[in-house]
Amino acid sequence: MRVGRGELVAGRALLLALMAITILPFVSLLTSALHPSGSAPAGISWPADPQWGNFVEAFKVANMTTLLASSLWIVVAVVPLALLISTMAGFAIGLLRIPGARWLLLLFVFGLTLPFEGIITPLYFLARQLGILNTRLAIVLPLIGLFMPFGVFWMRAHFANLPSEITEAARVDGASSWDLFWRIHVPLARAPMASLGILMAIWAWNQFLLALVLVEDPTQRTMAGALGAFQGHYATDIPLLCAGTILILLPTLAVFVLFQRQVITALLQGSVKG
Amino acid sequence: VTDARLARLGRREGQRTAWFQAVRRRHVAGWLFVLPALLFYAVFVLQPLALTIEYSFYRWDGVGPATWVGLTNYAAVLSEPKLVETLFNGFRLVIFFSLIPVGLGLVTASVIQRVARGRLGTVSRSVLFLPQVIPLVAAGIIWGRLLSLPGLVNQALSSVGLGDITRAWLGDFDTALPAVGIIGIWVLLGFCTVLLLTGMTKIDAALYESARLDGAGWWPEFRAITVPSLRYEIAVCLTVTIIAALAAFDIVYVSTGGGPGNATAVPGIQIYILAFLERQVGLASALAVVLVILVLLVILPLQRLSRGDD
Repeated sequence: MRVGRGELVAGRALLLALMAITILPFVSLLTSALHPSGSAPAGISWPADPQWGNFVEAFKVANMTTLLASSLWIVVAVVPLALLISTMAGFAIGLLRIPGARWLLLLFVFGLTLPFEGIITPLYFLARQLGILNTRLAIVLPLIGLFMPFGVFWMRAHFANLPSEITEAARVDGASSWDLFWRIHVPLARAPMASLGILMAIWAWNQFLLALVLVEDPTQRTMAGALGAFQGHYATDIPLLCAGTILILLPTLAVFVLFQRQVITALLQGSVKG
Repeated sequence: VTDARLARLGRREGQRTAWFQAVRRRHVAGWLFVLPALLFYAVFVLQPLALTIEYSFYRWDGVGPATWVGLTNYAAVLSEPKLVETLFNGFRLVIFFSLIPVGLGLVTASVIQRVARGRLGTVSRSVLFLPQVIPLVAAGIIWGRLLSLPGLVNQALSSVGLGDITRAWLGDFDTALPAVGIIGIWVLLGFCTVLLLTGMTKIDAALYESARLDGAGWWPEFRAITVPSLRYEIAVCLTVTIIAALAAFDIVYVSTGGGPGNATAVPGIQIYILAFLERQVGLASALAVVLVILVLLVILPLQRLSRGDD
């Protein structure tokens, strides 16, 4: 490929600049977290005496063990169930092609455009009525419902694109839909299910609005919800706030680094398919 | 002879009924597969949506009795300056959350494709994508610091001799909304870049070859081949980011809370304030319904555009 020298330099400079702009906020966060607790660190400045102890302090005051447990509880309660029922629905709509499949799909896809704020007020009263306000169930149950549009849409795309020979062969052998699903299609759908599971886990972990409105106690919330509360309490102690933010970011960053390829492809395909 | 034929017909009829029964059983089973998903979706999404619509016709403080007020709440949403400004702010955010990331993402993706096909391209893809996976709340906290008076942005401006324009960017009436917008650009640029880049790899290389034989530079190639070939990906990018803009909540709540004054009050924030702080559930619900309709009105034409004439 022939690309002019000038363009090569300008293009690479642009990329490096954009990467710097992406990374610098994290660097600033780290250097701020290392300043003495209670001080007001400026921009990026390496402290004379880095206070690594701030992380220990933030871990304690933010109740990090409880928070991690709470977020994990929510993820474990939401993801397997949401994954299973959206795979089942995607199977019925995309592969069994039950009567009304088109309408069902349209109904679920409509949910993709729905802003959470459009339903948050009634969800509050609904949770109060069900007696689950201020418990983790108030986050878990609506979250499963809110994941259905994307989950069903995503799994349907997988099932609709499968060659029908696999299913026909099994039908001839007299397999019921239930056998067909568990014995043949779930094992075949492992890859899209894994991507969907990772996405749902990240989204549950990062969910803020539901946690803010439906659960007052930060120790019963998601990580993002707890972070919001933490900011409220420690807005004045910048280094501590920054250290706490880093601790809360670490799990998501770890998942991203470990499953980078799946996360990126999943997020992209999720928006392109359809 | 006739008896044998009748018997054969009867057998065939029986087979057909059995076949129909099997199909019907299969359909019933199929619906059972959809049922759990549909149940969760109906109870925790569709039902609240219907309730939002119902609430929007009442004046209600969330505790006492509700009074039917017809379309009064909608009239307020579309006429009260504070609420109209809220909707307007939502659309102003579209510039930052959607138009700039998509435009800049197109340029960045095409640069990666032309000059950074190797390692640099892979690394920049991952790095630019990073802000997409962290909680938006964290993005809000990080940038709240960066844009504050002693923050990195002012530090950088001072170091290049622009000390005069430094300020608390999120606290200034004129700059608060664009400052929130910058956070959105930071979060969404990587998503758009990577999505558009994926589309670019599918463009027929022969198109570029012939353009290059004609000696076309970056800009003509970008305008004549890249952008038109990516219509579908651009539409998807616009759809996702416009929803993110109109329904913005986390970033705004954490970085400005809607302030100063009403300067960054977007619909999501206003719905939260009205419903849970000011206890005007009816008014909040009318605003929510208007938001849902606005999102649909903007998104639906885009879908047609993306299908267009392929």
